[in-house]
Amino acid sequence: MNRALRLVVLALAGVLLLAGCGRNMAEQPRVGPSQATPFFADGSGNRTLLEGTVSRERGAIDPVFFTGQSEGALVTELPVELTFELLLRGQERYDIYCAMCHGYTGEGDGMVVRRGFPRPASFHDQRLLDASVGYYFNAMTNGFGRMYSYAGRIPAEDRWAIAGYVKALQLSQNATIDDVPADVRRALELAGTEGSIR
Amino acid sequence: MPQYFPPNTNAFVRWALLGGGAFTVALIVALPIYARTMNNAVGVPVEQPIAFAHNLHATQLGIDCRYCHTSVEVAASANVPASETCMTCHSQVRVGSPQLAALWTSWEADAPLEWNRVHDLPEYAYFNHSAHITNGVGCSTCHGRVDQMEGIWKNEPLTMGWCMECHRAPERFVRPRSEVFNMAYQPPSDQLTLGRELVAAYHIDTEKLISCSTCHR
Repeated sequence: MNRALRLVVLALAGVLLLAGCGRNMAEQPRVGPSQATPFFADGSGNRTLLEGTVSRERGAIDPVFFTGQSEGALVTELPVELTFELLLRGQERYDIYCAMCHGYTGEGDGMVVRRGFPRPASFHDQRLLDASVGYYFNAMTNGFGRMYSYAGRIPAEDRWAIAGYVKALQLSQNATIDDVPADVRRALELAGTEGSIR
Repeated sequence: MPQYFPPNTNAFVRWALLGGGAFTVALIVALPIYARTMNNAVGVPVEQPIAFAHNLHATQLGIDCRYCHTSVEVAASANVPASETCMTCHSQVRVGSPQLAALWTSWEADAPLEWNRVHDLPEYAYFNHSAHITNGVGCSTCHGRVDQMEGIWKNEPLTMGWCMECHRAPERFVRPRSEVFNMAYQPPSDQLTLGRELVAAYHIDTEKLISCSTCHR
């Protein structure tokens, strides 16, 4: 073998070694969440649900739990157990998803409304005070007026928690001092004078 | 027996061994230096189809992270919101703004907006948002003050060494679960005491945190 040939062979071997330097471990041939892919015709790795897909949340099909309706009428009772934890969960979720428009007290004066979104009705209007939990669940599930559906963003369990919380919010905003147990009243009055009550 | 190798082969082998050795040493020295000093695009704004302002939405309007990133508490991936989420407000607010043209195109064509990835872990690393959130790792611990960013960029290098800073000593960073989404959270002066209590309370298995297969599975 002459010198030039030897050099060529060495160079080729070097090139082969460099081939190991790709990032193919970091970019594996699989689709991650929200990644694009040429595999599907529309180029999206996220697939939409097939028509007629049944939710497996809660393990079984429960039409009242998923629609808020029973025999065509909106339910008036929560299909889940009403607990203090449920209301706290509802408050947390309400503050995340609803307060932007409906306001933290349900007046309909949220920040997005102040930035130009048409003002929703106050939860303390008589019509909405009379509305059932099923009504609120239905509005969140299917949307209402200019409000889009939240079914894809808030699981059914949480929508019930929010519906329960809205009812609690209504009670809270229309309560009088007589609704407060006597032993708590004194503490509340003291706190009120310090201006620290939320 | 004939000589297969010419006499200068000896010199060649000697130089090859020397060169190979030097190359290996150089790699061992240079790679960690490179890994530690490379910027990894930290602080470099990533351009997006819409100049979405986190500071406007999160701070001025007070919208919670989870309003858009709905899956962050329950899934490995924190979703980028669908155009429908944007349109929940923008079907009414700032309609006709040229800044939102790409959103309307996406909405009308029923095609997703193609946002550019900001945080891209190598795919041999398994990462789960919900696991971090339920164990008291705050959004801002890894993402920085996104609520003050006008654009969006990576706040931390996301290298393995960086992950290990917390995985080796989670008590330095964990917060109470109630503070995870508080972007302005400041750790208390006795963070280590609080951190140790939280690590115990949340049953954080510190052995598992440093096991290879926790992240490389």
